[in-house]
Amino acid sequence: MAITEKTPLELGPGDSVRYAERPLGVFTRPQGGRGWRDWLSTVDHKRIGILYGVSAMFFFLVGGVEALLIRLQLAAPEGSVLSADVYNQVYTMHGVTMVFLFIMPLAAAFSNYFIPLQIGARDVAFPRLNALSFWIWLSGAIFLNTSWMVGGGGADCGWFCYSTNSGVAFSPSHGVDFYAIGLQILGIASLVSSVNLIVTCLNMRAPGMTLMRMPVLTWMLLITQFLLLFALPVITVALFLLMFDRLFDAQFFNPDAGADPLLWQHLFWIFGHPEVYIIILPAFGVVSEVIPTFSRKPLFGYEFMVFSGIAIGFMGWGVWAHHMFVSGIGPISVAAFSLSTMFIAVPTGVKVLNWLATMWGGKLRFTVAMKFAVATVAMFTIGGLSGVTHSVAPADTQQTDTYYIVAHFHYVIFGGGVLGLFAGIYFWWPKIWGHFLNERLGNWSFWIMLVGFNLTFGPMHILGLQGMSRRIDTYARGYGFEFWNMAATVGSLLIAVSVVLFIWNVVKSKRDAPHLPPPGPDPWDGRTLEWSIPSPVPVHNFDTVPQVHGRDEWWHTKYAENDEGKVVRVATVEEVAQTGEATGVHLPSPSFWPLAVAVGLPLIGYGLIFNLWLALIGALLTIASLYSWALEPVDDPDAAHDHHEEDHEDDENEDDQTGGHDS
Amino acid sequence: MSAEAVTADLGHAADEHGHDEHATTTGLSHTKLAMWVFLGSECLLFGGLISTYLLYKSRGNGRTLPTDVFDIPFTSVSSFVLLMSSLTMVLALSAVSRGEDEAGRTWLLATALLGGVFIGGQVYEFTSFVREGVAFTTNPASSAFFTLTGFHGVHVSLGIVMLMSLFVASVKGKLTQRNAETVEIVGLYWHFVDIVWIFIFTVIYLIPAD
Ligand code: HEM
Ligand SMILES: [Cu+2]
Repeated sequence: MAITEKTPLELGPGDSVRYAERPLGVFTRPQGGRGWRDWLSTVDHKRIGILYGVSAMFFFLVGGVEALLIRLQLAAPEGSVLSADVYNQVYTMHGVTMVFLFIMPLAAAFSNYFIPLQIGARDVAFPRLNALSFWIWLSGAIFLNTSWMVGGGGADCGWFCYSTNSGVAFSPSHGVDFYAIGLQILGIASLVSSVNLIVTCLNMRAPGMTLMRMPVLTWMLLITQFLLLFALPVITVALFLLMFDRLFDAQFFNPDAGADPLLWQHLFWIFGHPEVYIIILPAFGVVSEVIPTFSRKPLFGYEFMVFSGIAIGFMGWGVWAHHMFVSGIGPISVAAFSLSTMFIAVPTGVKVLNWLATMWGGKLRFTVAMKFAVATVAMFTIGGLSGVTHSVAPADTQQTDTYYIVAHFHYVIFGGGVLGLFAGIYFWWPKIWGHFLNERLGNWSFWIMLVGFNLTFGPMHILGLQGMSRRIDTYARGYGFEFWNMAATVGSLLIAVSVVLFIWNVVKSKRDAPHLPPPGPDPWDGRTLEWSIPSPVPVHNFDTVPQVHGRDEWWHTKYAENDEGKVVRVATVEEVAQTGEATGVHLPSPSFWPLAVAVGLPLIGYGLIFNLWLALIGALLTIASLYSWALEPVDDPDAAHDHHEEDHEDDENEDDQTGGHDS
Repeated sequence: MSAEAVTADLGHAADEHGHDEHATTTGLSHTKLAMWVFLGSECLLFGGLISTYLLYKSRGNGRTLPTDVFDIPFTSVSSFVLLMSSLTMVLALSAVSRGEDEAGRTWLLATALLGGVFIGGQVYEFTSFVREGVAFTTNPASSAFFTLTGFHGVHVSLGIVMLMSLFVASVKGKLTQRNAETVEIVGLYWHFVDIVWIFIFTVIYLIPAD
């Protein structure tokens, strides 16, 4: 089928990247220009990366507003900003939004944009499937949030939505239905993109780019894709059962009928623990690129970094029940999971030590990106340590469901994941947009964020140990909770200020860009292939597919050892960087079908909840679009010459065309 | 650095390995690799559902269990039919890759038909279970049973849709020796669904509830 396309990404004999317009089915074949419509039909991995990034940032604001509401409610005892019911919805949607609609798609933005660039490819293996992933993700995200408007409120069962709280009896609004179906839609998106990116990584590396020469960011993103590939089906099963229980009266989570509420907990956390690595590994990858660059040293212990990443990827499957120490899983399970959890800290510790060793004796340059990266290491270490305290089951019995847990996971997720990805944003901004983010504003934003973050989540350790439980909508006076709660709320406002500064930075740096010298291909003296091509990256990425000779290929084109064994510069960037001027690169044609397929899915979702006829319409739309897609050639037929008949040796397009005729 | 020259080279390297494919790092085509990766994910999906059933198989809530109404001889026959469809799938692939389009079409159709018979059997099985008092909402065991086998049935049905699409493509002359790989990839999916059924049949039907 042409859904599964072959990628025609070599230089063709033609001399134009554009394709003639041609009516095809209902849509006019899109052309790949620069207007807004072209964003709807784009299959360019860079644009899709940007779409992911921008949408993720939007949902960061949504989730952030929800966080601020939580903090305003808890700022003082007996808060009355939110009712108990709304409070439950707000913290649930906050968690769901931050995890599934902010940090995962932001990581997806990095995967899409940088995996092909770092392995020297012109696009991903399946460009249209890539577009499909994004549109499905966006449709799922919008679907999930419409439950505020049409579902009688958001889900109110916490982001892990334990049974039996998730049942109709305890959660009668449609919020949980939106949760169950919305997350399934998001899961399809991630599944499609993980298959796509795994194939890209394994199959599209430039000549010489062996696995052990791949940049660490790409490695960590690859491991993340494998985790997604295997973790998503597990939560999909859980959500599927939940959906059947709620909408079609199945008996999976009905204890009265003999069902086991722990089934949900197991399925959820078998997904859920790998999920935390899905969140953190991309940030680890970013940090592993930023720190060597600004230390002017190769990453210390590359092999250890890669293998500890792989080890985390494997061990992450054997620790899930540490979330269930108090669920009555029995002493043997508790002991076993307690031990395995302690062990998983080892590869993580290896990584931290390697980053420190990379900086050791390096020529450090503290740009904003570097500051974020170093802060990531520091904050993540704090979160990792409190994690080890949870692994001691007796201690965890005291900590679980208190604010100490909330402190822990924010140190790892926010302190590790979010700060890490912000390091990446500052680092690669000039590559993506062709101008720097303002360092001075960035500096302010960084310090305010760091202080605000610690002020928000540091005190939660104390509150938790004092016994303040999480997910309570308010607390009484006189337990000693007042001071630190107020501190946390002030901290969260500081984080908000920092985010506003960041947005201002985005606007201002774009406005200032014309008056400043452009960053050029390689502003930070980088090490990996994406710095060998112009900023912003031309549509076809590489004029010539690079030949790779070792790790840090781009660095070694610029530097070499001289006779005395000292590293000296052997070429300037201007001499060795690609110009981006190649013409006639044969690119995959844009398509509207991925968007059309994606539109059908939320219709199915609404239909399941409200009216099955609507589900039928959605299903028909999706199926029709899939077929139209399959029948649409990968490349515009007008770009073709005659094919099928005779010898094709001399015709590059020939091969590409057959891809489109597969089905 | 002549861009044209470099890629022309790449192009020829690709051509030596077979005309349809551009050189890939692993030598496997993107599509085939993607199917393998996807099937890896499917294993966990079925794994989750099978575990759910195993956990719940004896939880009848005082009502009839699926194990009480299984008709093993009947299901054995329909399982055999499904297994045979794997054979015809292999024959379809070998015919198409030898360029025998006519035979290829016949075997594709046969595979789809056998799959259809299996689905028919499942529909019959489901309705007779419901008549005997084991419906989707009867108890945790029945919910788990219908979800697992129904989910598998949906997979078989999707496979049938793919087979029929191949058949139509072949009729239109769009499925030839050159893209025999497409048949191979659909075949991978089809065999996978069969193997999963062998699992389900042994674990679900042959192991009694306690
Ligand atoms: C502005 C910064 C943030 C603030 C002030 C904040 C605040 C909070 C608070 C107070 C809770 C606990 C609610 C309760 O249990 O009663 C919470 C839960 C949570 N937060 Fe955040 N948060 C922030 C950012 C983030 C980010 C960036 C992420 C993830 C990337 C995140 C993920 C979560 C998750 C997963 C939960 C658990 C939700 C649940 O228990 O269902 N948060 N947040
Ligand atoms: Cu965990």
